[in-house]
Amino acid sequence: MRGHEPRSSSSCAACKFLKRRCIPDCLFAPYFRSDETKKFANVHKVFGASNVSKILIEVPEEQREDTVNSLAYEAEVRLKDPVYGCIGAIAMLQRKMIELQHDLAIARARLACYAGNSSASSITPFSGLPACDGFPDSFSHTSSEINQDGQMYDFSQVPYMMRHE
Amino acid sequence: MNSRCAACKYLRRRCPSDCIFSPYFPPNDPQRFACIHRIYGASNVARMLQQLPENQRASAVDCLYYEAQCRVQDPVYGCAGIISLLYQQIHNAETEIAKTQAQIALLIDSNTQEQQVYLHQNIEVESDLNILLQEQGDEFSLLGPPNQASSGFI
Repeated sequence: MRGHEPRSSSSCAACKFLKRRCIPDCLFAPYFRSDETKKFANVHKVFGASNVSKILIEVPEEQREDTVNSLAYEAEVRLKDPVYGCIGAIAMLQRKMIELQHDLAIARARLACYAGNSSASSITPFSGLPACDGFPDSFSHTSSEINQDGQMYDFSQVPYMMRHE
Repeated sequence: MNSRCAACKYLRRRCPSDCIFSPYFPPNDPQRFACIHRIYGASNVARMLQQLPENQRASAVDCLYYEAQCRVQDPVYGCAGIISLLYQQIHNAETEIAKTQAQIALLIDSNTQEQQVYLHQNIEVESDLNILLQEQGDEFSLLGPPNQASSGFI
């Protein structure tokens, strides 16, 4: 009877998924813990194991963890939105940014108006507050709108922050 | 003679009439498929396209191409890096808006307090003036009316 090698209890999630022996210097092992099967399954479904290994080999070792995490993030988004993937998320965030830039411009204009009036030389009684209330009030947007609109993307937590500028 | 699509040219195979790639990878743009293939692989892309309605496949390929380009340019962060940066920018903008609104509130509050101080001071001055006038009025009543002739009223 052909003996088969005992399956290592410490196989990484990638080797478990691929049903192969997890060698000591497995490329995936540091980044796909044995309990992260879904993480690797997603990455494998979107990118494929060989493409992921090619990408990992091309980056310095100290950046491989971030690489894997970003691939896992993109894979998850792609699986949730098979048409637009990350591009849909980027478009939504860019729209949000445009709204906020508009709101900021309005706020700064109001501040300049109030600051200009408050530095006026005379304050007469019954003059009322400075006439700076003619600006449209469009401060109804909050960052929670992203979560409401982006529920399907699960953007409640950014997976990681960029370490470069 | 039908020309092979860019995908079949890249894969060096015959391009069938019902090739799933051909509508989205014209032969005059070989880079498009090459880039997508490098990141996703042909079989993954074919499977993704097959799982989509036909009218959504063109958009899907466009997005895959964009994401693949981002990944080629930034092998570590790809598109996720852009998303992370946008989140940071949004956070910064929201913080700036909140700070500006707080400054506006302070200015409004400051103006209101100055108005109140000014009004209070005016009331006090007016009260003192009334008292003074009343006192002077009492003096006049003892002396009689002023000398109209000397005052120039007549």
